This record gives sequence, C-alpha cells and structure tokens, in this order.
Amino acid sequence: MDMSAINPVLLLASLIVAATPLLLAAIGELVVEKSGVLNLGVEGMMITGAICGFAIAVNTGSPLLGLLAAAMGGAVLSLLFAILTQFALANQVASGLALTLFGLGISALLGQGFQGEKAPAFPKTDIPLLSDIPAVGHILFSHDIVVYLAFLLTLGVWLVLKYTRVGLILRAVGENHDAAHALGYKVVRIRVLAIMFGGACAGLGGAYISLIRVPQWTEGMTAGIGWIALALVVFASWKPWRVLLGACLFGGVNVLQLNLQAAGFAIPVEYLAMSPYLITILVLVIMSADRSSAPASLGRSFHASQ
Amino acid sequence: MGTLLSLRGLTKAYPGVIANSDVSFDIQEGEVHALLGENGAGKSTLVKMIYGLVKPDSGQMTLRGQPYAPAEPRMARASGVAMVFQHFSLFEALNVAENIALGMENPPKMRDLAARIKDVSETYGLPLDPYRTVGDLSAGERQRVEIIRCLLQDPRLLIMDEPTSVLTPQEVDILFQTLRKLTAEGVAILYISHKLEEIRTLCDTATILRLGKKVGTCIPREVSARDMAEMMVGTTLHVPERAGGDLGPVLLELTDLSVKSPSEFGTSLKGITLQVRSGEVLGLGGVAGNGQDELLAALSGEILTTPNTVVMEGQPIGALGPTARRKLGLLTAPEERLGHAAAPDMSLTENALLTGSVRQGLESNGFLKWTKTREFAEEIIAKFDVRTPGPGNAARSLSGGNLQKFVIGREVLQLPTVLVVNQPTWGVDAAAATSIRQALLDLAAGGTAVIVISQDLDELMEISDHFGALNEGRLSDIRPARGLTVDEIGLMMGGAHGMEVAHV
Repeated sequence: MDMSAINPVLLLASLIVAATPLLLAAIGELVVEKSGVLNLGVEGMMITGAICGFAIAVNTGSPLLGLLAAAMGGAVLSLLFAILTQFALANQVASGLALTLFGLGISALLGQGFQGEKAPAFPKTDIPLLSDIPAVGHILFSHDIVVYLAFLLTLGVWLVLKYTRVGLILRAVGENHDAAHALGYKVVRIRVLAIMFGGACAGLGGAYISLIRVPQWTEGMTAGIGWIALALVVFASWKPWRVLLGACLFGGVNVLQLNLQAAGFAIPVEYLAMSPYLITILVLVIMSADRSSAPASLGRSFHASQ
Repeated sequence: MGTLLSLRGLTKAYPGVIANSDVSFDIQEGEVHALLGENGAGKSTLVKMIYGLVKPDSGQMTLRGQPYAPAEPRMARASGVAMVFQHFSLFEALNVAENIALGMENPPKMRDLAARIKDVSETYGLPLDPYRTVGDLSAGERQRVEIIRCLLQDPRLLIMDEPTSVLTPQEVDILFQTLRKLTAEGVAILYISHKLEEIRTLCDTATILRLGKKVGTCIPREVSARDMAEMMVGTTLHVPERAGGDLGPVLLELTDLSVKSPSEFGTSLKGITLQVRSGEVLGLGGVAGNGQDELLAALSGEILTTPNTVVMEGQPIGALGPTARRKLGLLTAPEERLGHAAAPDMSLTENALLTGSVRQGLESNGFLKWTKTREFAEEIIAKFDVRTPGPGNAARSLSGGNLQKFVIGREVLQLPTVLVVNQPTWGVDAAAATSIRQALLDLAAGGTAVIVISQDLDELMEISDHFGALNEGRLSDIRPARGLTVDEIGLMMGGAHGMEVAHV
C-alpha cells in the first residue's frame, strides 16, 4: 500500500469533476420538487441525456452541440412524464419509475452503434488569473465549462427561489396548489416548465458522464447517480447549498475510494465501492434532523375542479 | 352613492346540475350585501363568476356602468374586486409578507411591502408581523392576512365567504368594525354567511338563493332570522325538542389528558379534564384548530395515552385502540367526512361495515356478512333520510349533507354508550342539520352520553346541557349551558386574541 501515490490537489480537482453530474441532476430535481412534483425518473432522463449527447457529439464532432442535445433529450423525455402526470393525472411515483425503465431501454437502443466509439475531446477552460493561483487555481478554476455551469446553476437556483417573484410563485405552487390556483396562477403550466427544467438538468448531468468524465458510451453507465440525486434532494431538505455540499461529499468519497483501490488498500473493493453512497446518505440524514420542509403538495395530483 | 356592480341573468351549469340560473341583482357602493342560501344553493359559484374563477354560460355583469367579464382573478383584482376565501388560500410554509405578495399584481420590494403591511394592519386594528410563518398563526390571524392582502389593493368590492366561521365573538365584533369603516370609505362588501343573526347586525341588503335561483331580497334588519331561514329552505323549520330528563351516572371521564399533536402545525392538548354523564349532551366550542381534532383522536383511540387518563364506566381505556373502544360502546364521528369518517371511493355498504362490524356483528371468524351489512346500510339510509339511489353508491357521490347524515346515522344506530361527534352539521343545510341535532338529543334522552365538538355556537347553545371551550389545547371550565351570555362564551374561547379596534 502506498498512500503517497495520492496527490491531494489532484484528488480535490477530480472531486469536483465527480460531483458535477450529481449536482446537475439534483439541482434540477430540487426545482421540480419545489413545484410540488415528485419525478422519480431522474436516472432515466440522465441516461437518455448521456446517449443523446454522445451520439450528437460523435456525429457532429462538436461536444457543445452534444451538450445541447443532451439537455433537449432529457427535457423531451421529461415532457412525457409531464403529460402523464399533469394532464392525464397519472400517479407520479409509478410514472417516474416507468420513466426510468423507459429511459434505460431507449438509451440502450439508441446506443447500439456507439459502443466503443470515442467522444470528441472537450476543451478545458482555465479561468485567466484565477487558475494561476497555486493549488486552489488547479482545484477550482481549471475545469471545463460544464463544471462552472453547474456551480452557477446552483447559485442561480438559490437566488431565484429566495429572492425573485418567479421563485416565490414556484414555491407557492408546490406548497398549496389549490390556493395558488385560486389566486389565478397557472399551476399546470408552472409545473410542466419545472419538470422540463429538471429533465434538461438531468440530461446535462448524464452527458457530462458520457462526454467528459468517462468519455465513452456503455449501457447503464449512469450507475444509479440519478437515484442518489433523488435522495440528495430529500436529505438536503430542499436547500440548494446542502445539495452542493452533498454532491461534493459524494464526489469526494467516490474519488477517494478509487484512489484507495488503486493504492491497494487492504479492504475488499466492494466495501470501498459502496462507501460513497453510504457516507453521503448518513451525513445528510444527520443534517436533515432539523425540521424538514418538504413542499406540502409534493407528489399530489392537481386538478382544477369547478 | 351609485350602483357598483350589477348582475343580469347569470347562468352556469355543470354536468348534471344547474349551479346558477338567471341570477340578477345589484350591489350599491358602500353597502354590505348579504348572499344567503343553503349549501348547494349556488353562492360559491356565483362569487367565483364575479371573481373570474368561473365563466358564466350566459348573462352579463357591469361594474360601474362598464361591461365586466373577468377571464381570470388577475383581471378581477385589477378592476377592484377582491375576495377573502372560505377555506384559506394561504401557504403555510411561507411568511405573511410572501403570502400577501402572491396575491398582488405588482408587489413592491419585500422590505417596502412589510412596512406597508404593518401600516395598514395597524390602521385597521388587525396587527400582524409580516415575517411570521403563516403555519404558526391562529385561524383569526390567518384571516387577517387574507383581509390585508385584499385591502392593500384598494378594492371597490370585497367578497367575503363565511368570514366569521373561525372567529370568537369578540373577534367578530372587531371584524365588523373594520368592515363598517371600509363601507364608510365607499367600499362595497358582498358577504356570504350562514349565520343569520350576524347578517341582521351587519348587512344592509340580502339576496337569497335557493337551488341556484334567486328567490327573494330583504332588508335583514327588518325581518327575523327565522323568516330568512325559511326563505332559504323554502319550508317551515322545526326546532329540535329535548326531553330534558335527569342526568345519570358518569360514563366517561378524562383526567389531566395531555397529548402531543401528531401533525406539525397541530395543537397539543394540555391537561384536559372532563366528565360526561348518562343522558347529558356536553358541548365543546372553540375556534377551529385549538385542539378539536386532537381531542377527537384521543377519544376515538387514534392517539393512545396512559390508561388512566381516559376512563369509561370505571374501566381505564387510554391505551386501547379504536376497535376495542368501539366494542365497549365509545363511538366517534370525526369532522372530515371524506377521508376520515368515510372512505370516499368505497360504497355506503362498505363504509357501514368499517365502523359497524364490531357492534353489529357484521363479521365472523374473519369472514364478512355482506347481506347483514347491506341491511344495516339500508337501515341508516331509511332512518336518516339519506338521499342516494342505494347503498351500492360510493360515499364520494353523496352531497356533504347527505353523507353527514349517513356518518352520524351509522354511529347513532349502533346505540353507543358514549358518542363523540366533531362538527356534526358543518356544511349541512338547515333541514338536515335540524334532523341531525334531533337524533343526537334523542340518543341522549335514551341514556347515552354525547359530546358535541362544534364551532357553531348557536348549535351548541341549542342542544347542550353543559358547555366548555377549547383554546390553544386547554379546556375552559365546564359550565351549565343555560344562561351563558355571548360575552362569557367569547371569553371562554380565548377573547379577542390580541385584536384591536380600528384606529381611524
């Protein structure tokens, strides 16, 4: 065993990379749940985004177009969920599970010809000046644009939910849809938009794995990140900063366990492999011990009767 | 002052029912106009049309001479029409200022809005802290939030749907003073209520609806409450009679019952002690949300306590569940008809089985006796005049009043030793309410101890032998109901909860 093989700067930098797909998916789901909708299809939307992004990037040679396609793929798939739950008033839990199964299936179908292909390289964007700071610069400011986007998105979602009217209306719809309707807000429209935002975020998160982190296509490559994202939102008590913290923790433990595996640490690989899931959930459970604040209408169908 | 809003021939039909048929009347500036009618008379639909939530099938409205056809509440608010809802349209997890901002078209910055809320609320004697979470407020305070939300928009017409059902008499007085101040400024108020005495003190004109049609207009000060009630119902009402027998031995006794509320925004019970005797009707008043639901749950066995806090006929039953208590003869009928007292999508037969199986012997060795259950359901339907095609219909398909008659009848026919009912006539029309009250009195005359939890003080005064009030989870002293004045009752219910009279 050789602990000196683990470089803390590289470890922290790859922590951020490992946290990004989870952060994207979770922040999208947070917005969806704040609007009162429980979409369990995150995993399905992620994997669909992963293959859509990969296929377009390979065919056009442009990774940016790939990202765009991934966001659209995720949003289109989530639209299916929106139609089922918001217009046909189907059960949200069942529809979400179906969406995941459907997403896994259709991504495997779409990905038939792409096994073993290599994605076009994604450019790194060093932020001038900041990236020259020793250590910190390398950890925080020497990544690709999606990482920055994910962090900006977290900041943006927090600002919008806390300080803007749009955010207030979104929270109101998630809190009491009947009252929001009585005040004249378009509950269904707001929810459909939130669902599509969540889908786009999940798609982006998936494409980050297939285009940047791995970067190649294998079936089921999101490997449960979507489910972790769902748990993350709940245990983070629907607070964007806690989602960020949880995502970094998950990414950190994940990277650390990979490094420990590589360093030949003397415990079975399976224990190491399960540790990120276990530790993330444990920490967040302890943190969410305060009065948790689930949106009161979460998971309930809305129908404007009379 | 001129006519503010005039309605001409408003008609609205839903599949199977005509909610409003050719309704026409005028509302003058600066008047309080009452809209009277039983449940299902079409009051709600009518005000929803005025507020833009529902589009009329035909008919016109004019507001200050201009055609008025709001497509959505936003347009109604822009034209100066505001509404205080019967079931609060508030968001419990948000604070007062956020709730108010949601009801405004162009809310100012939060800090300015908070200052204005403080300002307006103090001017009208409805003090409110803009940064408190609504879930922590009392029912009266929540109503203030709604009223202030409306007042901040300088309305010309304020619609109030049953505003006093959640207030103590003192709070009602203060609300009326606020409303009178508004009318002096030229604001018209459309006031919906079941409480006829209130309408007589407050309103200038009343329009009466029955089965969706306008059946009359009157000046409430000049007619009696009984006349108005008969116009609403269309028949003569009979007042429940009581036999007035002597009270027997104590059947149920609570000693220092303290229970933590199972819900986050509920009220915990603190040290409740009471006794009910055979043949007695004990009325428990109080504003909604002061521990009524928790008390019912503690009595029914949904919340368990230490055995000795609930004693029935000498036997400690605090730790027994609902089925064991039913077996002993302690039956309960909760407030929420759909979902608590009855399973909405199950048939009346199935619902009869759910609470009746123990006492009526509707099952043996785990097998259900459907024939006997059906007969039981049919007996309830016949004896309590439940209007339904038959016991095979789903509970959801019944109107509120009919389902309430079924729910109460189901317990009454099981001949309980002690019966506890919460809001037995809530949302029930006058005729059905009378028959439910009569059934409760008949039951007491037969030796049952009856506890009636209700927010309708007139009802409690009419049927109770003793009266107590719940306030923030505590029970007031229990006093003989006869001879209690409205002021005394109000103080038992907690007084004015910090409301003050309008300052200007």
